[in-house]
Amino acid sequence: MVSYLFRRLVVAFCVCIAVSMLSFGLMFMAGDPSIAIAGQGGSAADAEAVRAAYGFDRPFLVQYLDWIGSALLGDFGQSIYFHIPVTEIIGNRLPVTLQLGALSFGLALVLAVPLGIAAALKPNGLVDRLALVLAVTGQAVPSFWLGLMAIVVFGVWYGLVPISGADTWRGYILPVVVLTYSALPAMMRITRSGMIDVLAADYIRTAYAKGLPLRIVVLRHALRNAVLPLVSLAAVQLGILLSGSIVIESVFALNGLGRLAWESLLRADLPVVQAIILILSLVYVVLTTASDLLNAMLDPRIRGAR
Amino acid sequence: MSKTSRLLLSSAAALLLASASPALADKASNTLNVAFSAEPEPLDTYKIAGREGLILARHVYDGLLYKDLESGTFKPALAESWEQTGPLTMEFTLRKGVKFHNGADFTADDVVATLGAVSDPAYGTRYAISVDWIGKVEKLDSHKVRITMAKPFAGAIEMLADALPIYPQAEFAATGSEGMARNPVGTGPYRLVEQEPGVRYVLERFADHYAGSPKSGATIDRIVVRTIPEMNTQYAELMSGALDWIWRIPPDQAAQLESRVQVVSAPIIRISFVNFALQDGTPLADKRVRQAILHAVNRQAIVDAFAGGASEVLKAACNPVQFGCAQDVTTYEYAPEKAKALLAEAGLADGFTLPMVFAAMPRPVAEAVAADLAKVGITLQLDELQYAAGVGKWREGQVPAFFSNWGSYGIGDVVFTLSNFFGGGADDLLKDPELTEWLTLADTSTDPAVRQEAYAKALKKIADEALWMPMYGFNVNYGLSNDLSFTPHPDEFARFWQASWK
Repeated sequence: MVSYLFRRLVVAFCVCIAVSMLSFGLMFMAGDPSIAIAGQGGSAADAEAVRAAYGFDRPFLVQYLDWIGSALLGDFGQSIYFHIPVTEIIGNRLPVTLQLGALSFGLALVLAVPLGIAAALKPNGLVDRLALVLAVTGQAVPSFWLGLMAIVVFGVWYGLVPISGADTWRGYILPVVVLTYSALPAMMRITRSGMIDVLAADYIRTAYAKGLPLRIVVLRHALRNAVLPLVSLAAVQLGILLSGSIVIESVFALNGLGRLAWESLLRADLPVVQAIILILSLVYVVLTTASDLLNAMLDPRIRGAR
Repeated sequence: MSKTSRLLLSSAAALLLASASPALADKASNTLNVAFSAEPEPLDTYKIAGREGLILARHVYDGLLYKDLESGTFKPALAESWEQTGPLTMEFTLRKGVKFHNGADFTADDVVATLGAVSDPAYGTRYAISVDWIGKVEKLDSHKVRITMAKPFAGAIEMLADALPIYPQAEFAATGSEGMARNPVGTGPYRLVEQEPGVRYVLERFADHYAGSPKSGATIDRIVVRTIPEMNTQYAELMSGALDWIWRIPPDQAAQLESRVQVVSAPIIRISFVNFALQDGTPLADKRVRQAILHAVNRQAIVDAFAGGASEVLKAACNPVQFGCAQDVTTYEYAPEKAKALLAEAGLADGFTLPMVFAAMPRPVAEAVAADLAKVGITLQLDELQYAAGVGKWREGQVPAFFSNWGSYGIGDVVFTLSNFFGGGADDLLKDPELTEWLTLADTSTDPAVRQEAYAKALKKIADEALWMPMYGFNVNYGLSNDLSFTPHPDEFARFWQASWK
């Protein structure tokens, strides 16, 4: 298990470095950041001043090494747009995204697993059909549309919840519900299909034959094997939610990481973009590594796999 | 989100909103709730370019002078009087009894410290043009300063009129630019009492704002500014009464909102244009081809269809509200047959292909230009780029036609427009010596008549030679709660100190 963990961590580190290098390069290919920073009224002289001030005139590799060296020590530099340390801005915006992501993920998981199990127990039954409707609509309806409709109905018509911002916990209600609705279908369907496969296995038949009650068979015997694919999928879903749903954050005016990334990209605020990309790639790497490890714990056969 | 889905969504949201009943705005608590789509930059005015941050900064800080846009005259602000004492020197007598938000007294030291620091290239003022004319700032006595110009610059007074705010010397010396961004302290009608950078700002009326200020008379106690990037969410908030003021509403949406809230459209200084590069041997090198393009594009129809509101087709290469923007120039009416004839005369009866980069302009407008040009045989190859990439290519001479816009820093004088494109700088690929000479004279003279005449000559030549295709002046649509009185200005600086409840 330790060598498995070590191997996964080495790969994870290499992925982060590769992502950071690639993203650093892509930013420069997207147009001269000096001109973007100098702004639409900026003259060529203003752009030159920016180029010198921020060291964009140095060779690409020097800039990259300089940045990654500081980043590894936890210093992501100053935001070009906000003139304050990047860590401070990200520190301000990250909690919003974390809360939004964690709440939506938790709610989706809590709903998806029982619903998936219930659907699997009686395929084509009423619960299964209802779950299918939920899954299809959840996947087919764009979340921005759902978000705006929720705003109009619950915010404008009935005035039950705040429309935008996260000044109070009530501001999270609509975005969490909308995000949950989008994240739910995939997790529910994979639970359902995993459960259907497992319930057809010989050892489940044996368990029933021994006279074990349904609850014990399903929760103790079947679920452990049925959730293996769910663990991997859930890691990716959580990654998506934690990387910040740009659309949902924009619709509900939540100032999270997703929006910060998007806005920073548009205004060529390189230090912020780079830091976010590095952090998000780390999040994905940690989550996928954690899901692999969890799967390895749940299924001993995975540990031996090379 | 694709543009089509955005459009569908907007229409659906607007339909639903139309049946919603508007709630009362926050008149009761005398708080003005404002939303911007873009995150304001930190409030060190000298380091920022975005209009949102600059609007907030103008509430917090004051300049030496103030421009009254209604009369076009300069009014005393922190300086109660001023005089041109020599070709390159100006003296300012400062107002006494002015307090900063932190209680400090305003004196000549503040002016010397602020203008001295920001004009030093090491400070990194965002737009060099705004401060590079300042040579030396001297204190003559506690309330008198002399500014010696580093070079003649006709826009100096314009700049001193609220565009160059004065910071409190002690605080500025101790904390510098970052300090002013984190804890802005000015003499303006509002003080910043709370800020979450880019997200939320709370301004409170400054009770000790000096008497006689051109910005005095504020009646609203608090202004809460939030960033709400999604316009549909802003509409919903405006409808539900949680917002009182939004802006930059697209024309089609403005029309839909009109039945529920106040919508005001106002012209602004920002203009759109197509700039031509006249490389030898290319079709655009021929004046008749450029003239044909100007005749071929139905600019009035484009304005009617896409800009709407208070927008108007431009005659000259500037906004008519700007000083020096002569209107007596050659104009090109929509005449496709004339365009065809000119192309035939130039030996291009079969048409040609013209690549055009557009940046910071709506795609439908660029496509409308392409459709008009196609009717006379010119195939426009459209290439949409981010502004930085587009202007970068233009400066490198890789782009024969560049369609974009220019805001002149919101200043009503062509000194901030023409020289950028025809004064010999990096954006001027033509480098016509005659134009450069006229513009240099106009930009540096202190005699308005001389300036006006020189600008007129330049504008006439630009129009005669069809060096530019002036498109149209922009407008801004504001959405206001039904309780709010607000007057927009063409410089795109919202003046909330003039706003009031009905």
